[in-house]
Amino acid sequence: MSARFDYAPAPESRETARVKPSYQIFVGGKFRDGSGEAVKTINPADEAPIAEVAEAGPADVDDAIAAARKAAPRWAALPGRTRGKYLFRIARAIQERGRELAVLESLDNGKPIREARDVDVPISAAHFFYYAGWADKVQHAGFGPNPKPIGVAGQIIPWNFPLLMAAWKIAPALACGNTVVLKPAETTPLTALVLAEIIAEADVPPGVVNILAGGPDIGRAIVEHDGIDKIAFTGSTEVGKIIQRTLAGTGTRLSLELGGKAANIVFDDAPLDQAVEGIVNGIFFNQGQVCCAGSRLLVQESIEDELIEALKRRLATLRVGDPLDKNTDVGAINSAAQLARIRELTDSGEAEGATRWSPPCDLPDRGYWFAPTVFTGVSQAHRIAREEIFGPVLSVLTFRTPDEAIEKANNTPYGLSAGVWTDKGSRILSMANRLRAGVVWANTFNRFDPTAPFGGYKESGFGREGGRHGLEAYLDVH
Amino acid sequence: MTATADRPALGDLTRDNASLRRFLHGLPGVDQVGAEGRAASLATRSIKTTAKAWAIDMAIRMVDLTTLEGADTPGKVRSLCAKALRPDPSDLSVPPVAAVCVYPDLVATAVEALRGSSVQVASVATAFPSGRASLETKLHDVRDAVAAGAGEIDMVIDRGAFLAGRYLQVYDEIVATKAACDDAHLKVILETGELATLDNARRASWLALLAGGDFIKTSTGKVTPAATPPVALVMLQAARDFADLSGELRGVKLAGGIRAEKEAVRYLVMVNEVAGEQWLDPALFRFGASSLLNDLLLQRHKLATGSYDGPDYVTVD
Repeated sequence: MSARFDYAPAPESRETARVKPSYQIFVGGKFRDGSGEAVKTINPADEAPIAEVAEAGPADVDDAIAAARKAAPRWAALPGRTRGKYLFRIARAIQERGRELAVLESLDNGKPIREARDVDVPISAAHFFYYAGWADKVQHAGFGPNPKPIGVAGQIIPWNFPLLMAAWKIAPALACGNTVVLKPAETTPLTALVLAEIIAEADVPPGVVNILAGGPDIGRAIVEHDGIDKIAFTGSTEVGKIIQRTLAGTGTRLSLELGGKAANIVFDDAPLDQAVEGIVNGIFFNQGQVCCAGSRLLVQESIEDELIEALKRRLATLRVGDPLDKNTDVGAINSAAQLARIRELTDSGEAEGATRWSPPCDLPDRGYWFAPTVFTGVSQAHRIAREEIFGPVLSVLTFRTPDEAIEKANNTPYGLSAGVWTDKGSRILSMANRLRAGVVWANTFNRFDPTAPFGGYKESGFGREGGRHGLEAYLDVH
Repeated sequence: MTATADRPALGDLTRDNASLRRFLHGLPGVDQVGAEGRAASLATRSIKTTAKAWAIDMAIRMVDLTTLEGADTPGKVRSLCAKALRPDPSDLSVPPVAAVCVYPDLVATAVEALRGSSVQVASVATAFPSGRASLETKLHDVRDAVAAGAGEIDMVIDRGAFLAGRYLQVYDEIVATKAACDDAHLKVILETGELATLDNARRASWLALLAGGDFIKTSTGKVTPAATPPVALVMLQAARDFADLSGELRGVKLAGGIRAEKEAVRYLVMVNEVAGEQWLDPALFRFGASSLLNDLLLQRHKLATGSYDGPDYVTVD
């Protein structure tokens, strides 16, 4: 009997994803080749091509928006419960095809199958279920007796949670009676295009949902199009600012969910073992490619050594590697460009004098990989404490008093999320009141639920997604 | 023999009830939601093929094959001992279990049946399962079992005293029981189902470890809930943290309600990732169970041959 408990590989079958050789855009209820380029989407875990995607061109943007405009009046005029019926169908179909979607998401994005299976897919279905329930109740949501939809929404989503972000965007828009033109990110279009199949099979009327694969030029064409009534964008602060400038003075509604540099604040009376889990989940979930990631650990100085030691011991048990292995905890970085950005910022961390540490782990030779990394001795002035890294990199800072924790936590242009770890309920409430962040988690982190509103302060954006508040972004309430 | 004897730093903690209370209440709290989440997340590990075969054999070697019924007889105990020595008569590659666990009056029968083997005889004692007797009666119970040849004693703590905050009384009873054990190993049953909270499970674990228990054990098996994943998590963390502080490795035993191979393998994953791989050793981790062994055997055979045997292909004891 060997001395060690070595977990044998437990890979999820790639066949489950039912990958097709090529994928088409979805316009006016029909699948068709886009008039843009045919590009190959690759698996970031091994850089092998997965499938070809016929991307949209400018003419497709015109067609999609025209189809959405045409469909809008009838969709808005349907009884709410009928719209809800379609959303329930979509939710059920996501569950039925859950394994397929999870494997496809893992292939296209690089995230571990465990997360795609246990987080992305079930919460996507839950969003459709949740807003299906709202569809016939929006008149009771507190936005007036007869709130009207806005019209046609252009929705641009990022590559970190491709299916989940599509669900966050489409479900409330449809529930409120809008029609949509959605553009998934260029590196991760596949699950959104499978979602288009699900929507078609659910008999959603043609034109209500249109999905255009494409790059930044297609995103810009949607934003600049005069047939759009509302833009919902999730992505970088840099692009968010460009969109806001473009739309200034046009009357087009806008909601933005942008970057973050969240503080995860651990007090000396925190439940330490759970805090360690929360720190790990906060920054290594989805390889840290999460806008609300807890990328700054603020730890009370009196427990710094103890906590860092416990954290390092825990990180040594993280399993980095094949995203399709069911035992993998940390998968691949989504793209070469993102990997380069992570490397550039971590190099600057070392150059500026912070201490870098990673657990021993063998990274695969091919693909985009970055070991889980912790920087200690970080000061507020370091770039790794200020700029969003969007990777598996934790910066550890210390504080002495609650006031200092607040001051440091709020000392960022961002304000998307924060975490507070303490056994003291009153302290949780007072911290939550003073933290300038849209989401404050108490004794947990990166927990998502369709009933909870999500969104930012300051340069993390405006508008809320999820919950009753999420309806407001798709209703004409002003 | 006690951990605290030559360690004044830890010894000071038990000077009086107030000091002990301060220490136990100063341990980091346990967030129940977070602990349950971590336990659930560990349960998603997928253990297949060679890893599963390894885990099944390790789990068999960790079983304390138990019978604790009013109806126990020498015949029943002898049959259990035969099973412990050779769990699968048709397959000699199956290792023996760690121990057989019986009531004190049947220890002699088990010792006789297991003589010359590696299988230990464990006995519950101290007015098991309630522990509601005078200390003298409990110690007498222990001495009886040890005199009859028990190599391991599974004692119960006084949960009433613990819940009333009389920690030093619980501590002193464990110390006295340890002394009465002589060379026998002492497992301290916390009965976490009656302590109710995970904070209490952590405090009771530390209390038992400070008092010199060789093992901390979840349950008697007579109370529901018995061993649960969050409780196991907290107890494994206590053993790990105690080792960090004292340098001594102490064991953890889960008992009650573990019937399926799948559950046992999940617990081994937890041992591996929470306490560390040193604890993957029958000297430091045990399952107290009766029906678990047969499921381990069925699954072992399934893994080797690809097909399930019916329940009549494992012995019913």
